Amino acid sequence: MLAVLVGYLGDFELAEESVAEAFAVAARRWPAEGTPASPVAWLVTTAKNRAIDRLRRDRVLAAKLRLLEATAQATVEAEVDESEIPDERLELIFTCCHPAIAVDAQVALTLRAVAGLATDDIARAFLVPGETMKRRLTRAKTKIRDAGIPFRVPEPGRLEERLAVVLAVIYLIFNQGYSAPGQAGHLAAEAIRLGRVLAALLPGQSEPRGLLALMLLHDARRAARLGGPGGQDLVLLADQDRGLWDWAQIAEAREILTPLAGRRGPYLIQAAIASLHAAVPADWRQIAALYAELAELTGSPVVRLNGAIAIAQAGAAGAALEIVDDLDLPGYQYWHSTRAELLRRLGRSGEALAAYRDALALAGTEPERRFLLGRIAELAGDGGTRSG
Amino acid sequence: MQYALLIYTKPGAVEALSPEEAEELSRDYWALRDEPGILGGAGLQPVTTATTLRLADGKPVVTDGPFADTKEVFGGYYVYECDNLDQATEMAARIPALRIGGTIEIRPVRGKAN
Repeated sequence: MLAVLVGYLGDFELAEESVAEAFAVAARRWPAEGTPASPVAWLVTTAKNRAIDRLRRDRVLAAKLRLLEATAQATVEAEVDESEIPDERLELIFTCCHPAIAVDAQVALTLRAVAGLATDDIARAFLVPGETMKRRLTRAKTKIRDAGIPFRVPEPGRLEERLAVVLAVIYLIFNQGYSAPGQAGHLAAEAIRLGRVLAALLPGQSEPRGLLALMLLHDARRAARLGGPGGQDLVLLADQDRGLWDWAQIAEAREILTPLAGRRGPYLIQAAIASLHAAVPADWRQIAALYAELAELTGSPVVRLNGAIAIAQAGAAGAALEIVDDLDLPGYQYWHSTRAELLRRLGRSGEALAAYRDALALAGTEPERRFLLGRIAELAGDGGTRSG
Repeated sequence: MQYALLIYTKPGAVEALSPEEAEELSRDYWALRDEPGILGGAGLQPVTTATTLRLADGKPVVTDGPFADTKEVFGGYYVYECDNLDQATEMAARIPALRIGGTIEIRPVRGKAN
Protein backbone atom coordinates (compact mmCIF):
# COMPACT_ATOMS: atom_id res chain seq x y z
CA MET A 1 0.00 0.00 0.00
CA LEU A 2 2.83 2.34 0.90
CA ALA A 3 4.34 1.68 -2.51
CA VAL A 4 1.18 2.80 -4.31
CA LEU A 5 0.99 6.01 -2.29
CA VAL A 6 4.66 6.82 -2.79
CA GLY A 7 4.09 6.30 -6.49
CA TYR A 8 1.21 8.78 -6.56
CA LEU A 9 2.86 11.38 -4.39
CA GLY A 10 6.61 11.01 -4.96
CA ASP A 11 6.93 11.91 -1.29
CA PHE A 12 7.74 9.27 1.34
CA GLU A 13 6.86 11.32 4.42
CA LEU A 14 3.47 12.33 3.07
CA ALA A 15 2.72 8.79 1.93
CA GLU A 16 3.64 7.26 5.29
CA GLU A 17 1.59 9.79 7.23
CA SER A 18 -1.44 9.42 4.96
CA VAL A 19 -1.35 5.63 5.25
CA ALA A 20 -1.08 5.88 9.04
CA GLU A 21 -4.04 8.25 9.16
CA ALA A 22 -6.14 5.99 6.91
CA PHE A 23 -5.49 3.03 9.24
CA ALA A 24 -6.42 5.17 12.23
CA VAL A 25 -9.72 6.16 10.62
CA ALA A 26 -10.43 2.52 9.73
CA ALA A 27 -9.73 1.43 13.31
CA ARG A 28 -12.31 3.98 14.51
CA ARG A 29 -15.02 3.45 11.92
CA TRP A 30 -15.00 -0.20 10.81
CA PRO A 31 -15.93 -1.75 14.17
CA ALA A 32 -19.00 0.52 14.21
CA GLU A 33 -19.91 0.66 10.51
CA GLY A 34 -18.64 -2.72 9.34
CA THR A 35 -15.67 -3.54 7.09
CA PRO A 36 -16.06 -2.26 3.52
CA ALA A 37 -16.32 -4.71 0.63
CA SER A 38 -12.86 -3.78 -0.66
CA PRO A 39 -10.91 -2.81 2.45
CA VAL A 40 -7.60 -2.16 0.66
CA ALA A 41 -9.28 0.04 -1.95
CA TRP A 42 -11.02 1.95 0.85
CA LEU A 43 -7.71 2.45 2.65
CA VAL A 44 -5.94 3.64 -0.51
CA THR A 45 -8.73 6.11 -1.33
CA THR A 46 -8.86 7.39 2.23
CA ALA A 47 -5.08 7.80 2.34
CA LYS A 48 -5.13 9.73 -0.91
CA ASN A 49 -7.90 12.00 0.38
CA ARG A 50 -5.90 12.65 3.55
CA ALA A 51 -2.89 13.47 1.41
CA ILE A 52 -4.97 15.89 -0.67
CA ASP A 53 -6.08 17.68 2.49
CA ARG A 54 -2.46 18.10 3.53
CA LEU A 55 -1.35 19.30 0.15
CA ARG A 56 -4.14 21.86 0.10
CA ARG A 57 -2.34 23.49 2.96
CA ASP A 58 0.91 23.59 1.03
CA ARG A 59 0.89 25.90 -1.97
CA VAL A 60 4.27 24.83 -3.25
CA LEU A 61 2.86 21.47 -4.28
CA ALA A 62 -0.18 22.92 -6.03
CA ALA A 63 0.53 21.14 -9.28
CA LYS A 64 0.71 17.77 -7.56
CA LEU A 65 -2.66 18.55 -5.98
CA ARG A 66 -4.31 18.87 -9.38
CA LEU A 67 -3.02 15.44 -10.34
CA LEU A 68 -4.25 13.88 -7.09
CA GLU A 69 -7.72 15.40 -7.38
CA ALA A 70 -8.16 13.95 -10.84
CA THR A 71 -7.27 10.45 -9.69
CA ALA A 72 -9.10 10.65 -6.35
CA GLN A 73 -12.35 11.68 -8.08
CA ALA A 74 -12.20 8.66 -10.33
CA THR A 75 -11.64 6.16 -7.54
CA VAL A 76 -14.36 7.57 -5.28
CA GLU A 77 -16.94 7.16 -8.02
CA ALA A 78 -15.90 3.81 -9.40
CA GLU A 79 -15.99 0.47 -7.58
CA VAL A 80 -12.29 -0.21 -7.34
CA ASP A 81 -11.33 -3.82 -7.80
CA GLU A 82 -8.53 -4.76 -5.41
CA SER A 83 -6.70 -6.65 -8.13
CA GLU A 84 -6.38 -3.39 -10.07
CA ILE A 85 -4.20 -1.85 -7.41
CA PRO A 86 -0.75 -2.19 -8.90
CA ASP A 87 2.03 -4.06 -7.13
CA GLU A 88 4.64 -1.31 -7.07
CA ARG A 89 7.12 -3.05 -4.80
CA LEU A 90 9.70 -3.16 -7.60
CA GLU A 91 9.43 0.61 -8.10
CA LEU A 92 9.82 1.05 -4.35
CA ILE A 93 12.92 -1.14 -4.20
CA PHE A 94 14.62 0.69 -7.08
CA THR A 95 13.75 4.06 -5.56
CA CYS A 96 15.13 3.10 -2.15
CA CYS A 97 18.33 1.85 -3.81
CA HIS A 98 18.85 4.82 -6.12
CA PRO A 99 22.55 5.65 -6.54
CA ALA A 100 21.86 9.33 -5.73
CA ILE A 101 21.11 8.26 -2.16
CA ALA A 102 24.01 7.55 0.23
CA VAL A 103 24.65 3.80 0.56
CA ASP A 104 23.96 3.59 4.29
CA ALA A 105 20.71 5.43 3.65
CA GLN A 106 19.82 3.03 0.81
CA VAL A 107 20.21 0.17 3.28
CA ALA A 108 18.16 1.92 5.99
CA LEU A 109 15.42 2.98 3.57
CA THR A 110 15.11 -0.52 2.10
CA LEU A 111 14.78 -2.04 5.56
CA ARG A 112 12.25 0.59 6.63
CA ALA A 113 10.07 0.91 3.54
CA VAL A 114 10.41 -2.48 1.83
CA ALA A 115 11.01 -4.85 4.76
CA GLY A 116 8.88 -2.76 7.15
CA LEU A 117 11.32 -2.85 10.07
CA ALA A 118 10.97 -0.23 12.82
CA THR A 119 13.56 2.57 12.83
CA ASP A 120 14.84 1.59 16.30
CA ASP A 121 15.25 -1.99 15.19
CA ILE A 122 17.35 -0.92 12.22
CA ALA A 123 19.42 1.41 14.43
CA ARG A 124 20.23 -1.40 16.86
CA ALA A 125 21.16 -3.80 14.07
CA PHE A 126 23.69 -1.30 12.73
CA LEU A 127 24.92 -0.20 16.13
CA VAL A 128 23.92 3.48 15.79
CA PRO A 129 21.68 5.56 18.05
CA GLY A 130 17.98 5.71 17.14
CA GLU A 131 18.15 9.46 16.50
CA THR A 132 20.99 8.98 14.02
CA MET A 133 19.00 6.40 12.07
CA LYS A 134 15.91 8.62 12.14
CA ARG A 135 17.91 11.53 10.69
CA ARG A 136 19.48 9.26 8.09
CA LEU A 137 16.04 8.13 6.92
CA THR A 138 14.61 11.65 6.90
CA ARG A 139 17.53 12.99 4.89
CA ALA A 140 17.08 10.24 2.32
CA LYS A 141 13.34 10.81 1.99
CA THR A 142 13.89 14.55 1.64
CA LYS A 143 16.51 13.94 -1.03
CA ILE A 144 14.07 11.72 -2.96
CA ARG A 145 11.44 14.45 -2.92
CA ASP A 146 13.62 17.52 -3.44
CA ALA A 147 16.03 16.13 -6.03
CA GLY A 148 13.23 14.55 -8.04
CA ILE A 149 14.34 10.93 -7.77
CA PRO A 150 11.72 9.18 -9.90
CA PHE A 151 9.50 6.39 -8.61
CA ARG A 152 9.98 3.85 -11.37
CA VAL A 153 11.68 0.71 -12.54
CA PRO A 154 14.69 1.72 -14.64
CA GLU A 155 14.38 1.31 -18.41
CA PRO A 156 15.85 -1.87 -19.95
CA GLY A 157 19.11 -0.14 -20.94
CA ARG A 158 19.80 0.87 -17.34
CA LEU A 159 18.19 -2.04 -15.51
CA GLU A 160 21.26 -4.23 -15.07
CA GLU A 161 23.48 -1.52 -13.61
CA ARG A 162 20.71 -0.34 -11.27
CA LEU A 163 19.88 -3.93 -10.31
CA ALA A 164 23.51 -4.38 -9.26
CA VAL A 165 23.00 -1.57 -6.74
CA VAL A 166 19.85 -3.22 -5.35
CA LEU A 167 21.59 -6.59 -5.05
CA ALA A 168 24.54 -4.95 -3.29
CA VAL A 169 22.18 -3.39 -0.71
CA ILE A 170 20.44 -6.71 -0.04
CA TYR A 171 23.80 -8.48 0.29
CA LEU A 172 25.03 -5.76 2.67
CA ILE A 173 21.97 -6.36 4.84
CA PHE A 174 22.63 -10.10 4.75
CA ASN A 175 26.28 -9.68 5.72
CA GLN A 176 25.39 -7.41 8.62
CA GLY A 177 23.14 -10.15 9.96
CA TYR A 178 25.64 -12.89 9.16
CA SER A 179 28.62 -11.26 10.85
CA ALA A 180 26.82 -9.92 13.95
CA PRO A 181 24.34 -12.63 14.86
CA GLY A 182 23.76 -11.18 18.32
CA GLN A 183 22.44 -7.74 17.45
CA ALA A 184 21.52 -8.24 13.86
CA GLY A 185 20.88 -11.96 13.34
CA HIS A 186 17.36 -11.44 12.01
CA LEU A 187 18.74 -9.28 9.20
CA ALA A 188 19.97 -12.39 7.42
CA ALA A 189 16.41 -13.69 7.27
CA GLU A 190 15.15 -10.26 6.14
CA ALA A 191 17.73 -10.16 3.36
CA ILE A 192 16.71 -13.63 2.20
CA ARG A 193 13.08 -12.53 2.19
CA LEU A 194 13.97 -9.46 0.13
CA GLY A 195 15.96 -11.71 -2.19
CA ARG A 196 12.91 -13.93 -2.70
CA VAL A 197 10.69 -10.94 -3.43
CA LEU A 198 13.17 -9.50 -5.93
CA ALA A 199 13.64 -12.84 -7.68
CA ALA A 200 9.86 -13.24 -7.99
CA LEU A 201 9.39 -9.69 -9.31
CA LEU A 202 12.17 -10.03 -11.93
CA PRO A 203 11.78 -13.56 -13.29
CA GLY A 204 13.73 -12.74 -16.44
CA GLN A 205 16.89 -11.78 -14.52
CA SER A 206 19.27 -14.47 -13.24
CA GLU A 207 21.39 -12.46 -10.77
CA PRO A 208 18.61 -12.04 -8.16
CA ARG A 209 18.29 -15.81 -8.07
CA GLY A 210 22.07 -16.10 -7.88
CA LEU A 211 22.12 -13.80 -4.85
CA LEU A 212 19.26 -15.68 -3.22
CA ALA A 213 21.05 -19.01 -3.66
CA LEU A 214 24.28 -17.49 -2.30
CA MET A 215 22.56 -16.19 0.83
CA LEU A 216 20.73 -19.48 1.38
CA LEU A 217 24.02 -21.37 1.15
CA HIS A 218 25.88 -19.09 3.59
CA ASP A 219 22.94 -19.03 5.97
CA ALA A 220 22.61 -22.83 5.90
CA ARG A 221 25.90 -23.09 7.76
CA ARG A 222 24.95 -20.56 10.44
CA ALA A 223 24.59 -23.08 13.27
CA ALA A 224 28.04 -24.54 12.65
CA ARG A 225 30.08 -21.34 12.24
CA LEU A 226 30.49 -20.50 15.88
CA GLY A 227 31.49 -22.86 18.66
CA GLY A 228 33.06 -22.93 22.07
CA PRO A 229 31.61 -21.43 25.27
CA GLY A 230 29.25 -18.57 24.47
CA GLY A 231 29.63 -19.22 20.74
CA GLN A 232 32.65 -16.95 20.55
CA ASP A 233 34.96 -19.30 18.67
CA LEU A 234 35.15 -19.19 14.90
CA VAL A 235 34.92 -22.64 13.31
CA LEU A 236 36.58 -22.87 9.92
CA LEU A 237 34.67 -24.42 7.05
CA ALA A 238 36.81 -27.56 7.02
CA ASP A 239 36.20 -28.14 10.73
CA GLN A 240 32.47 -27.44 10.81
CA ASP A 241 30.00 -30.07 12.01
CA ARG A 242 28.17 -30.74 8.76
CA GLY A 243 25.36 -32.32 10.73
CA LEU A 244 24.49 -28.81 11.87
CA TRP A 245 24.10 -27.51 8.32
CA ASP A 246 20.60 -26.88 7.02
CA TRP A 247 20.63 -29.40 4.17
CA ALA A 248 17.08 -28.55 3.10
CA GLN A 249 18.19 -24.97 2.55
CA ILE A 250 21.31 -26.13 0.68
CA ALA A 251 19.10 -28.31 -1.50
CA GLU A 252 16.79 -25.38 -2.17
CA ALA A 253 19.75 -23.22 -3.20
CA ARG A 254 21.03 -25.95 -5.53
CA GLU A 255 17.57 -26.30 -7.09
CA ILE A 256 17.61 -22.58 -7.80
CA LEU A 257 21.05 -22.82 -9.41
CA THR A 258 20.57 -25.91 -11.56
CA PRO A 259 18.50 -24.32 -14.37
CA LEU A 260 20.91 -21.36 -14.40
CA ALA A 261 24.03 -23.47 -14.98
CA GLY A 262 24.78 -21.89 -18.36
CA ARG A 263 24.40 -18.31 -17.19
CA ARG A 264 27.10 -16.08 -15.81
CA GLY A 265 27.05 -13.21 -13.34
CA PRO A 266 28.94 -12.25 -10.19
CA TYR A 267 26.35 -13.55 -7.72
CA LEU A 268 25.67 -16.69 -9.73
CA ILE A 269 29.36 -17.55 -9.75
CA GLN A 270 29.71 -16.86 -6.02
CA ALA A 271 26.70 -19.09 -5.38
CA ALA A 272 28.20 -21.88 -7.52
CA ILE A 273 31.41 -21.57 -5.48
CA ALA A 274 29.48 -21.72 -2.20
CA SER A 275 27.63 -24.79 -3.45
CA LEU A 276 30.92 -26.52 -4.29
CA HIS A 277 32.30 -25.59 -0.84
CA ALA A 278 29.49 -27.61 0.69
CA ALA A 279 30.51 -30.81 -1.10
CA VAL A 280 32.83 -33.44 0.35
CA PRO A 281 35.48 -33.70 -0.85
CA ALA A 282 35.50 -30.15 -2.22
CA ASP A 283 36.57 -29.85 -5.85
CA TRP A 284 39.20 -27.13 -5.28
CA ARG A 285 40.31 -26.99 -8.90
CA GLN A 286 36.79 -26.22 -10.04
CA ILE A 287 36.42 -23.69 -7.25
CA ALA A 288 39.70 -22.03 -8.27
CA ALA A 289 38.51 -21.93 -11.91
CA LEU A 290 35.25 -20.23 -10.88
CA TYR A 291 37.18 -17.67 -8.84
CA ALA A 292 39.28 -16.96 -11.92
CA GLU A 293 36.08 -16.29 -13.90
CA LEU A 294 34.79 -14.06 -11.15
CA ALA A 295 38.06 -12.14 -11.00
CA GLU A 296 37.80 -11.53 -14.77
CA LEU A 297 34.25 -10.23 -14.36
CA THR A 298 34.84 -7.97 -11.40
CA GLY A 299 38.58 -7.18 -11.43
CA SER A 300 38.38 -7.39 -7.65
CA PRO A 301 41.59 -8.06 -5.69
CA VAL A 302 39.51 -9.62 -2.89
CA VAL A 303 38.22 -12.17 -5.40
CA ARG A 304 41.78 -12.91 -6.46
CA LEU A 305 42.63 -13.40 -2.80
CA ASN A 306 39.88 -15.95 -2.35
CA GLY A 307 40.93 -17.64 -5.58
CA ALA A 308 44.45 -17.97 -4.21
CA ILE A 309 43.07 -19.75 -1.15
CA ALA A 310 41.36 -22.27 -3.42
CA ILE A 311 44.63 -22.80 -5.30
CA ALA A 312 46.33 -23.44 -1.95
CA GLN A 313 43.63 -25.90 -0.99
CA ALA A 314 44.21 -27.67 -4.30
CA GLY A 315 47.81 -28.21 -3.15
CA ALA A 316 49.83 -25.26 -4.47
CA ALA A 317 50.51 -23.05 -1.44
CA GLY A 318 53.65 -21.55 -2.99
CA ALA A 319 51.82 -20.43 -6.14
CA ALA A 320 49.01 -19.10 -3.97
CA LEU A 321 51.41 -17.02 -1.89
CA GLU A 322 52.88 -15.47 -5.03
CA ILE A 323 49.40 -14.35 -6.11
CA VAL A 324 48.58 -13.00 -2.65
CA ASP A 325 51.85 -11.07 -2.33
CA ASP A 326 51.08 -9.38 -5.64
CA LEU A 327 47.81 -7.94 -4.35
CA ASP A 328 47.61 -4.49 -2.84
CA LEU A 329 45.31 -4.83 0.17
CA PRO A 330 47.23 -3.55 3.21
CA GLY A 331 44.07 -2.40 5.01
CA TYR A 332 42.19 -5.66 4.48
CA GLN A 333 42.31 -7.97 7.48
CA TYR A 334 41.85 -11.15 5.44
CA TRP A 335 44.79 -10.35 3.18
CA HIS A 336 47.05 -10.47 6.23
CA SER A 337 45.41 -13.58 7.67
CA THR A 338 45.58 -15.37 4.30
CA ARG A 339 49.27 -14.52 3.90
CA ALA A 340 49.81 -15.72 7.45
CA GLU A 341 48.07 -19.03 6.78
CA LEU A 342 50.04 -19.67 3.58
CA LEU A 343 53.35 -18.75 5.22
CA ARG A 344 52.47 -21.10 8.06
CA ARG A 345 51.84 -23.97 5.63
CA LEU A 346 55.15 -23.27 3.92
CA GLY A 347 56.98 -23.47 7.26
CA ARG A 348 57.92 -19.77 7.33
CA SER A 349 56.82 -19.28 10.93
CA GLY A 350 58.50 -15.95 11.71
CA GLU A 351 56.83 -14.24 8.75
CA ALA A 352 53.55 -16.01 9.51
CA LEU A 353 53.62 -14.70 13.07
CA ALA A 354 54.14 -11.12 11.85
CA ALA A 355 51.28 -11.45 9.38
CA TYR A 356 48.91 -12.87 12.03
CA ARG A 357 49.74 -9.90 14.25
CA ASP A 358 48.91 -7.50 11.39
CA ALA A 359 45.60 -9.29 10.90
CA LEU A 360 44.85 -9.11 14.63
CA ALA A 361 45.31 -5.34 14.57
CA LEU A 362 42.52 -5.12 11.99
CA ALA A 363 40.19 -7.82 13.34
CA GLY A 364 36.61 -6.64 13.85
CA THR A 365 34.81 -9.31 15.86
CA GLU A 366 35.56 -11.26 19.03
CA PRO A 367 35.49 -14.71 17.37
CA GLU A 368 37.99 -13.54 14.78
CA ARG A 369 40.29 -12.05 17.44
CA ARG A 370 40.22 -15.28 19.43
CA PHE A 371 41.02 -17.33 16.34
CA LEU A 372 44.02 -15.15 15.44
CA LEU A 373 45.29 -15.11 19.02
CA GLY A 374 45.08 -18.88 18.99
CA ARG A 375 47.20 -19.11 15.86
CA ILE A 376 49.71 -16.63 17.26
CA ALA A 377 50.04 -18.65 20.46
CA GLU A 378 50.69 -21.85 18.46
CA LEU A 379 53.37 -20.23 16.35
CA ALA A 380 55.01 -18.32 19.19
CA GLY A 381 55.35 -21.58 21.08
CA ASP A 382 56.95 -23.11 18.00
CA GLY A 383 59.01 -20.10 16.87
CA GLY A 384 62.29 -20.99 18.53
CA THR A 385 62.94 -24.03 16.37
CA ARG A 386 62.31 -22.54 12.94
CA SER A 387 63.93 -19.83 10.91
CA GLY A 388 61.77 -17.33 9.14
CA MET B 1 11.79 20.20 -12.52
CA GLN B 2 14.73 22.41 -13.29
CA TYR B 3 18.25 21.39 -12.52
CA ALA B 4 21.49 23.33 -12.52
CA LEU B 5 24.30 21.24 -14.02
CA LEU B 6 27.45 22.72 -12.49
CA ILE B 7 30.68 22.02 -14.32
CA TYR B 8 33.96 21.47 -12.46
CA THR B 9 37.35 20.61 -13.91
CA LYS B 10 40.72 19.80 -12.38
CA PRO B 11 43.08 22.78 -12.21
CA GLY B 12 45.09 22.99 -15.42
CA ALA B 13 42.99 20.44 -17.32
CA VAL B 14 41.45 22.98 -19.66
CA GLU B 15 44.74 24.83 -20.13
CA ALA B 16 46.42 21.54 -21.08
CA LEU B 17 44.20 21.04 -24.14
CA SER B 18 45.55 21.57 -27.62
CA PRO B 19 43.76 24.21 -29.72
CA GLU B 20 42.07 21.42 -31.71
CA GLU B 21 40.87 19.62 -28.58
CA ALA B 22 39.64 22.89 -27.05
CA GLU B 23 37.82 23.68 -30.32
CA GLU B 24 36.12 20.26 -30.29
CA LEU B 25 35.03 20.61 -26.67
CA SER B 26 33.71 24.10 -27.38
CA ARG B 27 31.62 22.87 -30.31
CA ASP B 28 30.12 20.13 -28.12
CA TYR B 29 29.30 22.61 -25.36
CA TRP B 30 27.49 24.84 -27.86
CA ALA B 31 25.68 21.88 -29.37
CA LEU B 32 24.29 20.94 -25.94
CA ARG B 33 22.97 24.49 -25.58
CA ASP B 34 20.54 23.67 -28.43
CA GLU B 35 19.15 20.49 -26.84
CA PRO B 36 15.42 20.60 -25.97
CA GLY B 37 15.12 21.20 -22.24
CA ILE B 38 18.31 23.21 -21.90
CA LEU B 39 17.04 26.62 -20.80
CA GLY B 40 20.34 28.38 -20.59
CA GLY B 41 23.91 28.15 -19.49
CA ALA B 42 27.21 29.92 -19.57
CA GLY B 43 30.85 29.06 -19.88
CA LEU B 44 32.98 31.13 -17.56
CA GLN B 45 36.33 32.72 -18.33
CA PRO B 46 39.38 31.15 -16.66
CA VAL B 47 39.89 31.32 -12.94
CA THR B 48 42.62 33.94 -13.37
CA THR B 49 39.93 36.45 -14.26
CA ALA B 50 37.95 35.82 -11.06
CA THR B 51 37.28 38.27 -8.26
CA THR B 52 35.82 37.41 -4.87
CA LEU B 53 33.51 39.53 -2.73
CA ARG B 54 32.75 39.05 0.97
CA LEU B 55 31.51 41.13 3.84
CA ALA B 56 34.02 42.11 6.53
CA ASP B 57 32.58 44.10 9.41
CA GLY B 58 29.44 44.51 7.34
CA LYS B 59 31.29 46.11 4.43
CA PRO B 60 31.94 44.44 1.04
CA VAL B 61 35.58 43.57 0.53
CA VAL B 62 36.91 42.68 -2.89
CA THR B 63 39.93 40.43 -3.45
CA ASP B 64 41.67 38.88 -6.42
CA GLY B 65 41.09 35.22 -7.29
CA PRO B 66 38.34 32.59 -7.20
CA PHE B 67 36.48 31.27 -4.17
CA ALA B 68 38.86 28.37 -3.77
CA ASP B 69 36.96 26.13 -1.40
CA THR B 70 37.35 23.14 -3.66
CA LYS B 71 40.44 21.93 -5.50
CA GLU B 72 38.37 21.76 -8.67
CA VAL B 73 37.67 24.77 -10.84
CA PHE B 74 34.09 25.86 -11.48
CA GLY B 75 33.89 26.47 -15.20
CA GLY B 76 30.27 26.98 -16.18
CA TYR B 77 26.77 25.56 -16.02
CA TYR B 78 23.59 24.63 -17.83
CA VAL B 79 20.02 24.95 -16.63
CA TYR B 80 18.02 21.91 -17.73
CA GLU B 81 14.29 21.33 -17.51
CA CYS B 82 13.08 17.72 -17.33
CA ASP B 83 10.87 15.35 -15.37
CA ASN B 84 13.24 13.82 -12.86
CA LEU B 85 16.78 13.28 -11.65
CA ASP B 86 17.43 10.35 -13.98
CA GLN B 87 16.76 12.51 -17.03
CA ALA B 88 18.98 15.27 -15.64
CA THR B 89 21.70 12.65 -15.11
CA GLU B 90 21.45 11.47 -18.72
CA MET B 91 21.95 15.03 -19.97
CA ALA B 92 24.79 15.70 -17.52
CA ALA B 93 26.58 12.59 -18.78
CA ARG B 94 27.00 14.30 -22.15
CA ILE B 95 28.85 17.34 -20.85
CA PRO B 96 32.32 17.51 -22.43
CA ALA B 97 34.12 18.33 -19.16
CA LEU B 98 33.70 14.67 -18.15
CA ARG B 99 36.04 13.60 -20.95
CA ILE B 100 38.90 15.54 -19.39
CA GLY B 101 38.41 14.19 -15.86
CA GLY B 102 35.84 16.79 -14.79
CA THR B 103 32.87 16.44 -12.43
CA ILE B 104 29.29 17.60 -12.79
CA GLU B 105 27.19 18.56 -9.80
CA ILE B 106 23.43 18.21 -10.38
CA ARG B 107 21.21 20.31 -8.15
CA PRO B 108 17.53 21.15 -8.38
CA VAL B 109 16.66 24.81 -8.83
CA ARG B 110 14.49 26.30 -6.08
CA GLY B 111 10.81 26.83 -6.70
CA LYS B 112 10.76 24.66 -9.80
CA ALA B 113 9.53 21.37 -8.34
CA ASN B 114 6.98 19.34 -10.32
